[in-house]
Amino acid sequence: MGLTRGWRPALVGAGAATIALAAIVAALGPALTVIPIEVLRLVVGALLLVFGLQWLRKAILRASGWRAIRDENAVFARERAEAASAPRVEHAGLDWYAFTISFKGVLLEGLEVAFIVLTFGSTQGSIPLAALGAGVAVVLVVLTGIVVREPLGRVPENTLAFAVGVMLTTFGIFWGAEGAGVDWPGDDAALPGVLVFVLLISLGFVTALRRRKPAFA
Amino acid sequence: MKRFARFWWDFVVGDDWRVAAGILVAFGLTALLATTPIPAWWVLPLAVAAVLWLSLQRVAR
Repeated sequence: MGLTRGWRPALVGAGAATIALAAIVAALGPALTVIPIEVLRLVVGALLLVFGLQWLRKAILRASGWRAIRDENAVFARERAEAASAPRVEHAGLDWYAFTISFKGVLLEGLEVAFIVLTFGSTQGSIPLAALGAGVAVVLVVLTGIVVREPLGRVPENTLAFAVGVMLTTFGIFWGAEGAGVDWPGDDAALPGVLVFVLLISLGFVTALRRRKPAFA
Repeated sequence: MKRFARFWWDFVVGDDWRVAAGILVAFGLTALLATTPIPAWWVLPLAVAAVLWLSLQRVAR
């Protein structure tokens, strides 16, 4: 938005979304701490699992050739052209198109991150620590992006999506089962076992689907 | 209101509602089995494998 429609409405939109996100986190964070831990783990586990399976399903379909791999450069070029050709309507002295797209983009992506941080923090009993971890991650990602931009650009997006899907699914299974009353063999030591299981079945599904005629070669 | 509901449906459930439904059933089964002396830890991992495979099969037919 900044490149195609101007930085002012884009930054105002992103700033307004950040404030909205902070308000949502401030309201939801303390509310989560009064819910019994078992209920929280069940709800959080179920949500993480459903969420993680969405990521994993798409990543497996792309890795096995049954869904087209996203061409990030083509998507950027298409969306940039769409943004440039959208009609200009002003509200409150701002290009409303640039403001709303920036606001929605930052709010929706931010909600996803806030959801993960709040759920991880609340189930492990420390939302501030999880928020600190997320903050450090943001700084590290920005710095790494600046320092090693070229090599990072070569890491396939689908590999990252696959890893995120495996992690979310693993934590979803682990916490969800605990919330449903399960005692894992070896308690927390079972977590790496669940991770290996999810990873192996996912890789197995990719191999099995690759053997069939793919829709996208 | 309709668009708001649609957003949350897409955000949480996604492309295949059967995955979410299957997971809900698996949680119910796990909770039920956890009240008995039979170990219940294996239900959810197996259900995830089955639900994911069935969902992938629907696309890759």
